[in-house]
Amino acid sequence: MFELFTPILHQNNNSLKPNRWDWILLPFVLAVLVLLAYAAMQMTKPFHIGEVTPISLSPAYLPYYLLRTILRMFTALFFSLLFSFVFAAVAAKYKTAEKFMIPMLDILQSVPILGFQAIAIAPFIAFFPGNLLGVECAAIFAIFTSQAWNMAFSLYQSIRNVPPELNEASRVFQMTGWQRFWRLELPFAMPGLLWNMMMSMSGGWFFLVAAEAISVAGQDIKLPGIGAYIAVAIETKNGSAIAYAILAMLTGILLYDQLFFRPLLAWADKFRFEETQGDTAQKSWLLDWGRKSNWVRAATESFWMHMRKTLGWFGKRPSDKPLAHPVFKHRDRLARIGESLLFLLLAITVYRLVLFIHRDVGWQEALHVFGLGFITLFRVMLLIGLASLFWVPVAIWIGLRPRYAQKIQAVAQFLAAFPVNLMFPVVVFCIVRLDLNPGIWLSPLMVFGTQWYILFNVVAGASSIPNELRLAADNLGLKGWLKWKRVYLPAVFPSFVTGAITASGGSWNASIVSEYVSWGKTRLIADGLGSYIKQMTDIGDFHRIALGIGVMCIFVMLLNRFFWRKLYILAEDKGH
Amino acid sequence: MQDFLLELTAVDKNFQTTDGTARKVLENVDFTLHEGEIVALLGKSGSGKSTLLRIMAGLIPADQGKVNYRGRSITSPVAGIAMVFQSFALFPWLTVQQNVELGLEAQGVPPDTRQKRADEVLELIGLSGFGGALPRELSGGMRQRVGIARALVTNPDILLMDEAFSALDVLTGETLRDDILELWEARKIPTKGILVVSHNIEEAVMMADRVLIFSSDPGRIRAEIKVDLPRPRNVDTLEVRSLIDEVYALMTMRPASTQVTDLSLPMHIGYRLPDADISRIEGVLDLIADAPFNGRADLPKLAEEAELSDDELFPAYEALSLLGLAHIDKGDITLTRLGTNYHLAEQALKQELFGQLLLEHVPLARHIRSTLENETTGKLPEKKLLEVLHESLKPHEAERVLNVAIEWGRYGEVYEYDYHAGVLHLPDGND
Repeated sequence: MFELFTPILHQNNNSLKPNRWDWILLPFVLAVLVLLAYAAMQMTKPFHIGEVTPISLSPAYLPYYLLRTILRMFTALFFSLLFSFVFAAVAAKYKTAEKFMIPMLDILQSVPILGFQAIAIAPFIAFFPGNLLGVECAAIFAIFTSQAWNMAFSLYQSIRNVPPELNEASRVFQMTGWQRFWRLELPFAMPGLLWNMMMSMSGGWFFLVAAEAISVAGQDIKLPGIGAYIAVAIETKNGSAIAYAILAMLTGILLYDQLFFRPLLAWADKFRFEETQGDTAQKSWLLDWGRKSNWVRAATESFWMHMRKTLGWFGKRPSDKPLAHPVFKHRDRLARIGESLLFLLLAITVYRLVLFIHRDVGWQEALHVFGLGFITLFRVMLLIGLASLFWVPVAIWIGLRPRYAQKIQAVAQFLAAFPVNLMFPVVVFCIVRLDLNPGIWLSPLMVFGTQWYILFNVVAGASSIPNELRLAADNLGLKGWLKWKRVYLPAVFPSFVTGAITASGGSWNASIVSEYVSWGKTRLIADGLGSYIKQMTDIGDFHRIALGIGVMCIFVMLLNRFFWRKLYILAEDKGH
Repeated sequence: MQDFLLELTAVDKNFQTTDGTARKVLENVDFTLHEGEIVALLGKSGSGKSTLLRIMAGLIPADQGKVNYRGRSITSPVAGIAMVFQSFALFPWLTVQQNVELGLEAQGVPPDTRQKRADEVLELIGLSGFGGALPRELSGGMRQRVGIARALVTNPDILLMDEAFSALDVLTGETLRDDILELWEARKIPTKGILVVSHNIEEAVMMADRVLIFSSDPGRIRAEIKVDLPRPRNVDTLEVRSLIDEVYALMTMRPASTQVTDLSLPMHIGYRLPDADISRIEGVLDLIADAPFNGRADLPKLAEEAELSDDELFPAYEALSLLGLAHIDKGDITLTRLGTNYHLAEQALKQELFGQLLLEHVPLARHIRSTLENETTGKLPEKKLLEVLHESLKPHEAERVLNVAIEWGRYGEVYEYDYHAGVLHLPDGND
């Protein structure tokens, strides 16, 4: 991965004299640096609990808010990346650690963002007394929790799937673990990781309102940013502000897509392990500029040079390290100790849980919350089903037409980022005006942000149907329903399952936002686990928040284990 | 020739199967690589020769026995032993130059020296000018050259080549092989010993000073042939041809205890059925029956005619002899009368005949059929069969053997198989 400008490396004789590309890029780079520095400075202002940070709905403030939000999201992304590196490296290397780290990730993934926020806000504020940085950190942490898990999981899986012969080669040439990570594992994981980073950014937007307008435990803190802006707009019923917010968000997404992800994708093209046909190379004007600029080239070259030196860190592994059995036996014992510890931990947890329910919330309440869980479960499954019925045919249709497919992918990604809160005015207006039952008509909001995962996974699946298969179907005279039943639907089934799993997980999380909708003073509430958690967070009843979140974790995990995973295995089986 | 580079004594290796029982992959293997020699290790796929190679490379530990490199015990990869992989194992995101420098980088060699050494090796191997290219820009042959350069750059004592030419087309493979031999003969590379693992008989005879023949299940060195011909060798000379024939004869000879033609010693259920599909078996049968062979063929000639590698043909030979359609003797294959009749039969009759032969000669097929007939439901889940097979085979192999038995049985209409349910049953209208 230490080679940004491979082809040019050897003709490094032309000097550092700037060319016209340098002059074009210079203002760009300077502007970005200045903006970042300014936003970072704003993060450390003095602040005391109870203070009200004014949020103006004037569109003139939006660029500033956008800057703050994007800085927050990228900070969170950076930490997510760091977390993923450590997590994946440890989980892939140590069997004992893996045994509890992976289930742990499953649990973390199913905990809604509000849960993390409720736990984290107080310590963060206490850590930076009298400074806004504490709240800022809490917000960043909340965004982090909506970004990190899938990245870590993707990296871990990629490392596990490094082709065995490359692993053997790295061992024969005696690379250290450190070298192996940077030379082999991370490059191999790069395409998947990048894709997940982009998804994570979308996920970050989705919960932005909750992250920036902190209303946990009686607190009401609003950090300057798009999320808080939306929250204020909803409180004051300002429709045009909502429209401005949408516009700002769109601009933000476009900006970081063009300035960050496109160049990264284009650069990471060489990490594709096998050339899959039909995969057109990504292009980025920014990367092309950078490659033509002398200054940028010189800077990156010396950067990678220095990075390459770090490969020598952590020394050479002693080559006489025994590989034979004693080590394994030792490991076995370690693993057994780890397992028994894990078991002990589990037993303690269960004991505490029983105690907790018995003493603090009561069995009646627990039963009630489980009932609410079933209501939400019913909603999630029904809506995923309905969304699938609609989107699968549409997605197949699009996927079979490569001209549209790529554009639709980009649009779907934007739509997945669209915070559901932005839909509140429309929904409230419709439900109040037409006097509809919120228990039914709020439900569509749950899949509002997550249905797109089904769409773009199926589009990807459909566009990778081999052309010959389609020709063969035509040749055999397959038409209409028969063609769908025998060719298209089976072909996209695996990618549909992948999409539906993501959508289902996201919908549970989204239920917190979408079962409890407000617009000014109007509140619409649908019975369910999500609205229960939201209501308890507003009150600040920690026991019941914990209960609600715990129950949600249990539901999500059971659903994953006994439904989605089964379906996934079935899909994989049929794929062969 | 006074020095042992590599010495293996009484090496055993077991693999753990999923049900916890150990399966023997290597048994009591003795092996030495002397200074200045090329040794070829020949064997069918799955015979454990790659496992042996990986033990020598220090990638996996031996369960028992000694592995010594220059008098030191090998417990992990050592600097003096480099390896060339069948699938090249190049890092696709690194340039050719960086790939070659990899081993030096791991040893902590400073960048300037690294570049100099890499340049030298690239030139030696005919790749100068390609340093900045990514592997995906190169053809297969060029990629393997990078793989070889990468192995040579650390100046290894021993070069291990794991089927290094088998992923290349014949012509490219031969050219590359000749180039390596030329470097070796001219002492342009510091390597003091080469071990070639291969399933290509011609390749082994053309390259090696000694050819070791590996038998499978468990892996053992069965025979050794010395090749005292000067290199470069010409494949068309009489000496080389007769050596190839000799190796062929050794390769196709079964250990006496499992001689198939000897019906008094029946095979057991867990016999490793050869991985040969029906069309390959019948194709080879037809080839032998037709001109120019007319029922009797020299194996190397047959391979040439079929345009298939030995590795692809051996399973078919084994299947033919197993079913009594042909027998193999000293590098020749001859059709039996049954085989000739089979060749002439109509399609429906062929399948019926195949079914009969299957029940007669293959215990696994017989077992499946009789179990199905005794079962009131007429059904048998494959899981049960796999359990039986696991007693003598590792899971992966058990699955392969069962798949072969299923394909053969379907063709012979002895039983049918429902893929989705994973259930074997009697053919319809046959109860």
